[in-house]
Amino acid sequence: MFKIVDRKEMADGSIIMNQIEAPRIVAKAKPGQFVILKANETGERVPLTISDLDAEKGTIEVIYMVVGKSTAMFKALDVGDAYQDVIGPLGKPTDIEKLGHVVCVGGGTGIAVLFPITRGFKNAGNQVTSIIGARTKDLLILEDKMKGVSDKLRVCTDDGSYGTKGFVTDALKDVLENSRVDLVVAIGPVPMMKFVSALTREYDVRTLVSLNPIMIDGTGMCGCCRVTVGDETKFACVDGPEFDGHLVDFDGLIQRLRAYEEQEKEAYNNYCATMGNQ
Amino acid sequence: MAEKSTKKEKTPRQPMPEQAPEARRRNFEEVPLGYSAETAMTEAQRCLQCKNPACVKGCPVSVDIRSFVGLVAEGKFSDAIHKIWEKNSLPAVCGRVCPQEIQCEGECVLGKKGEPLAIGNLERFVADYERTQGSGELPPKAEPTGKKVAVVGSGPSGLTVAGDLLLKGHEVTLFEAFHKTGGVLVYGIPEFRLPKDIVASEIASLEKQGMKIDCDAVVGKTVTLDEIFEDGFDAVYIGVGAGLPRFLDIPGENLINIYSANEYLTRANLMKGYRFPEYDTPIAMGKNVVVLGAGNVAMDSARTAMRLGADSVRIVYRRSRDEMPARAAEIHHAEEEGIEMYLLTNPLRFDGDEKGRVTRMECIQMELGEPDESGRRRPVPIEGAEFTMDCDLVVVAVGAGANPVLTQSDPEIALTRRGYIIADEETGKTTKPGVWAGGDIVTGQATVILAMGAGRSAADSIHKYLTWGW
Repeated sequence: MFKIVDRKEMADGSIIMNQIEAPRIVAKAKPGQFVILKANETGERVPLTISDLDAEKGTIEVIYMVVGKSTAMFKALDVGDAYQDVIGPLGKPTDIEKLGHVVCVGGGTGIAVLFPITRGFKNAGNQVTSIIGARTKDLLILEDKMKGVSDKLRVCTDDGSYGTKGFVTDALKDVLENSRVDLVVAIGPVPMMKFVSALTREYDVRTLVSLNPIMIDGTGMCGCCRVTVGDETKFACVDGPEFDGHLVDFDGLIQRLRAYEEQEKEAYNNYCATMGNQ
Repeated sequence: MAEKSTKKEKTPRQPMPEQAPEARRRNFEEVPLGYSAETAMTEAQRCLQCKNPACVKGCPVSVDIRSFVGLVAEGKFSDAIHKIWEKNSLPAVCGRVCPQEIQCEGECVLGKKGEPLAIGNLERFVADYERTQGSGELPPKAEPTGKKVAVVGSGPSGLTVAGDLLLKGHEVTLFEAFHKTGGVLVYGIPEFRLPKDIVASEIASLEKQGMKIDCDAVVGKTVTLDEIFEDGFDAVYIGVGAGLPRFLDIPGENLINIYSANEYLTRANLMKGYRFPEYDTPIAMGKNVVVLGAGNVAMDSARTAMRLGADSVRIVYRRSRDEMPARAAEIHHAEEEGIEMYLLTNPLRFDGDEKGRVTRMECIQMELGEPDESGRRRPVPIEGAEFTMDCDLVVVAVGAGANPVLTQSDPEIALTRRGYIIADEETGKTTKPGVWAGGDIVTGQATVILAMGAGRSAADSIHKYLTWGW
């Protein structure tokens, strides 16, 4: 069992942070890697990228958006409760090196995944510009943490309720036009990563994206998480989760993410109905 | 003597009672129902009690078949299980999934003129009798040696190593990457062929003998082999299985509802997808199902799809019936359940709908040509013989390769060109001192009992090492 020692609700309770006791994972985890969580005996195995670590407390942090039954069940876990299983660290760590100017672009809960990677590039001596965005002010997370590890931080909201009105791609275009950029790291909703990659391709700037396909084992055994990268099929769990954004077939990924949308809806509706009756 | 054996040959091989095909094809309950005590004794009495029993030579773990069958014939079921345990810690599993027809029963003298003794059915009976009506008495254990062994992977070879070394007085910890122990016995082989409570009970019995279990431990990621040694373990056995699904690498293979057999069976068995929404992991419920490949895993996938409500399930295989790698009994069971065989048929591409879901497969009819390097006649396409099959679920069951997660984490473990661990054939010793390996990660995809045989040899070698040194 893996105990939750701290918990925070963000974005009106739609985004949850958990700090979970997992000393063995803390000792190994590097930026970019993920864990698989399972709430209980009947639960699904859900992959989430690690958003922070506390070596002293022996805890990992994950931040997730409540989108279906599994994440709703995670949300129902309080401080002192435990996940039945936390497995990791899985996947390849981010290749962090000193490159010069790195631009880190995050959207939604992708900002949580982006944070340790941004910190890694900053600590490696890079000049770091970060661009984070959300639909609206209330959904924006981790602004202060991102500010702490960036030389410059730009904030955008789709509706203009905070920061600059517009998409992260607008801000990124501005940076690409006005400075030399050695690497872009883009993590967020799949369409965001797709548009960022399309933009940076025009400027011929290398771009890393972190993918979140459906997984079961997370160790290369089932092939559920396969994605097309260039002409090849890759397993996101062992070959990724980070890939060259200019080669990823994002439309294929979007389709595969919807493979179980009907079952997911049914499970979530059943869950909400059961909870409503209690 | 001559008169005695004549009399014995008159008793026919006792058939295994089974669920009727029309009922079982829609449920997940076990297909064979098991012998009664009377049937078991009748069958056991057919044994000729040969002086040099060929059956024992046919058993990869050398179970003393003659003796245990003799005990069953006398109704001494408890003594019989102790006799089996001397060589095999998982009889309830082996009695169900071993290919006896090419092992013990393949060698049985009775089989020369008539039908061989039903050794597998008897082994299964004895193990089930012990589990349900036995004394619960455990096999005798040696004095503690104070030595600690880590077993990585809790499938059949790992469990065999654990069982053997526990009895020799060593401390054993089982490391498992999944959230549940059992390896392929739990994620791969379906409930209707190997009920999961039987696997759980075999593992519980090892726990009663002192085995410790460490789930959610991906060795190579969560802990390394060197850290296991730093934690005070004296020896490590690697039995992680093959664990890397092969695909065909043809257009359209990443469409939705095209699964590897590993994924399909893991969703169904380990995650209990067939009980969705009670269990949270969904699985596609195909109506027109195609399974590619013709091994035991393909049969398991096809029969699972039938139980999940398919109207039609087709096995598509590029060679002919003679080359099908599955056990004859599995093919027979599958056909009884209405599964169709499309032989000499090779898939070319998949097409999907606007949502990216597979809707049909294009294939080509093959014919047998000249023998290839394996000695089997090579299938060659018949020009112009392309055709399509409608399908809404495809399971790719064309074998597995070597999973690199553990093997690439430790440069001291030497690998073959194809990524399997190089281990001594006799002892299972790898190139890293103190580390043994066996099962599919050494041999490539094979059977449960061969993995157990490798485990048995490695356990002997590990015991010698812990007693006298490398």
